[in-house]
Amino acid sequence: MEIALLFFPLIASITSGFFGKYIGDKNSEIITSLFVSISAILSLILFYNVIVNHYESNIVIATWINSGTLDVNWSIKVDALSSVMLVVVTLVSSLVHIYSFGYMSHDPHKPRFMAYLSLFTFAMLTLVTSDNFLQLFFGWEGVGLCSYFLIGFWFKKDSANAAAIKAFVVNRIGDFGFALGIFLIFYLFGTLNYSEVFQQIPQIVDKKLLFHGMNIKAIDAICILLFIGAMGKSAQIFLHTWLPDAMEGPTPVSALIHAATMVTAGVFLVVRCSPIFEYSPLTLNIITIVGMTTAFFAATVALVQTDIKKIIAYSTCSQLGYMFFAAGVGAYNVAMFHLFTHAFFKALLFLGSGSVIHSFKNEQNINQMGAVHSKLPYTWILMIIGTLALTGFPFLSGFYSKDAIIEFAYLRGSTTGYYAVGVGILTALLTSIYSWRLIFKTFHGPYNNKKIKIEEIHESPLVMLLPLVVLSTGAVFTGFLFKNLFIGHGEENLFWGESIKFLNPLSTDHPPLWIILITPILVLLSIPVAYYLFVKNKEIPNQFVQLNKPLYNFLVNKWYFDELYNVIFIQSSKKIGLFFWKVVDIKIIDKFGPDGVSLLIKNLSLKASKFQSGFIYQYAFMILLGFSALLTFLILY
Amino acid sequence: MIDIGLGHYLTLGAIIFTVGIVGIFLNRKNIIVILMSIELILLAVNINLVAFSIFLNDLSGQIFTLFILTVAAAEAAIGLAIIVVYYRNSSTIDVEKINSLKG
Repeated sequence: MEIALLFFPLIASITSGFFGKYIGDKNSEIITSLFVSISAILSLILFYNVIVNHYESNIVIATWINSGTLDVNWSIKVDALSSVMLVVVTLVSSLVHIYSFGYMSHDPHKPRFMAYLSLFTFAMLTLVTSDNFLQLFFGWEGVGLCSYFLIGFWFKKDSANAAAIKAFVVNRIGDFGFALGIFLIFYLFGTLNYSEVFQQIPQIVDKKLLFHGMNIKAIDAICILLFIGAMGKSAQIFLHTWLPDAMEGPTPVSALIHAATMVTAGVFLVVRCSPIFEYSPLTLNIITIVGMTTAFFAATVALVQTDIKKIIAYSTCSQLGYMFFAAGVGAYNVAMFHLFTHAFFKALLFLGSGSVIHSFKNEQNINQMGAVHSKLPYTWILMIIGTLALTGFPFLSGFYSKDAIIEFAYLRGSTTGYYAVGVGILTALLTSIYSWRLIFKTFHGPYNNKKIKIEEIHESPLVMLLPLVVLSTGAVFTGFLFKNLFIGHGEENLFWGESIKFLNPLSTDHPPLWIILITPILVLLSIPVAYYLFVKNKEIPNQFVQLNKPLYNFLVNKWYFDELYNVIFIQSSKKIGLFFWKVVDIKIIDKFGPDGVSLLIKNLSLKASKFQSGFIYQYAFMILLGFSALLTFLILY
Repeated sequence: MIDIGLGHYLTLGAIIFTVGIVGIFLNRKNIIVILMSIELILLAVNINLVAFSIFLNDLSGQIFTLFILTVAAAEAAIGLAIIVVYYRNSSTIDVEKINSLKG
């Protein structure tokens, strides 16, 4: 069953990718959707099996590398952690496949698109089901590759190509750290299999590494390097710049890759390696700080963006920050819970925004929308459900997972924990404001689009709305249904089994009442406030912007990260590149190398050809000269 | 009274040879002059051969000379014939204008 689950998307991808031309657009869409849906059903069965029977297995498919002590298998490891990821990946993926029927209906390259989507699903599945670091890395790079393909799917757009390259290059930085981490693990443990590595961890806790004269604890080095990899993939601050640009890709891609699955791979990595991270308090603190900084940073930027997809992209970035700081305070199960619920409501929001964009004929600026809630009633309601779930409206999924993060951060009791609580609550408020701003600007207020008449706006087809309905069901109920399973105390908490390690058991205390109440109250209050600010009285935000122009520019320009990187890294490396190209290569290597030699030969042969004048007396002279030279040589030597 | 010896003969041969060589490539006028210069070179060689033949008391040198004279005559005949044909074809035997022997 596991093998079928894993390989169906690959078969679908190959069929659609290589034979799409012969079997036609419709058939490749049906085949890929069907196969991925079968995978989704299988993983739901598996998930049920894991919940009820604590099913665990590790199927070895083949030996990959067996060289010296390096022994790596292709394998499918199923435990609580990977079964959760399997459900998230295959379920969202199958819904996105179906959604693409409608969204990509005007696109001429449907088979290619479906093939990439299925290939991505396969790569993501190999990532989550791996039982060693190398296969994890394989899946890691596989999803990165598919992300590159899909961001640059509309390859005729320059901006899409640039965004694809940016995503690839920024991810490469993270991957480099990740690869170094894997090397270090192999160096220290002599193996890359999770089970063997995790067993040996306690023995190397005090081991030091000498690096450039500095003594570093080996475990800190491993954890930080692995976390750098996770930062790249999960778009944490400093390595986040690719995620907003990745919105150049088609919207289903944004929903699948850049909201629900691939970007959560970093969180998955941290949780999967919890037996290592638990022994490195330093790294856990770093993760907490990076996570909450990202959450806060992305939320502030999302406040002022005008591109509907970029707002949601920054929102994703911010929610990933939440997941990381949950993991950082040691509440790995809460991080996974938020990952799980987030996949539903964020995919819902993305696909909903895709539906809006589809109705507005590829308009993405929320200032060009408005007043269409009666024209797009289903999309409107579904988007509102997604927003409520995201902001943590009581009893929807985000309420349980996000508040749990804040509570556990509080219970942690450390300084970073309290700091994280403050930032977390503030970010929750910001999240609520920018989410409602999105809704109100898109669906309410006056109609602002001059290109398309409001009468022409029509609701998306059923095939696009159906996945939204499924996702909204998930967004509403997953929090309530899975709360006890994922983060419950006591006996129910056996669900995670061996897949997550807690060095110190999580506190089972109840946080004070104000911590539990403050976020929902702020979130509830922010709805009328946002309505007042963005619909009723638009002068207030406008005046605020006028008064605080520098702050506004700071936020609109995304804290100037892109500009900063442009100056520090891009310009300088461009200069170095230009120097090596224009000076070293052209003026030195080429000049004295290939170009110089060919020029020399050309000039020499031009001169040599002058000898052939056609005058007999010159030829005779040459013969004589040659003969006498030969004679002289023979006589003298 | 100078005693004429081998050295003088060889000097004469060398002078004639040099005149022949210089005649080939200093001549700017007529292709017949080149033919004549070649004859001179051959004669210079003949003088050398005869001189050495006497000096070494070996007859084969003089026999060789007879052969060379024969070949030179034949060569002169063929050369003149070529020049005549060439003149008919291109109505000139000016050395400066004969330069079609190139790529």
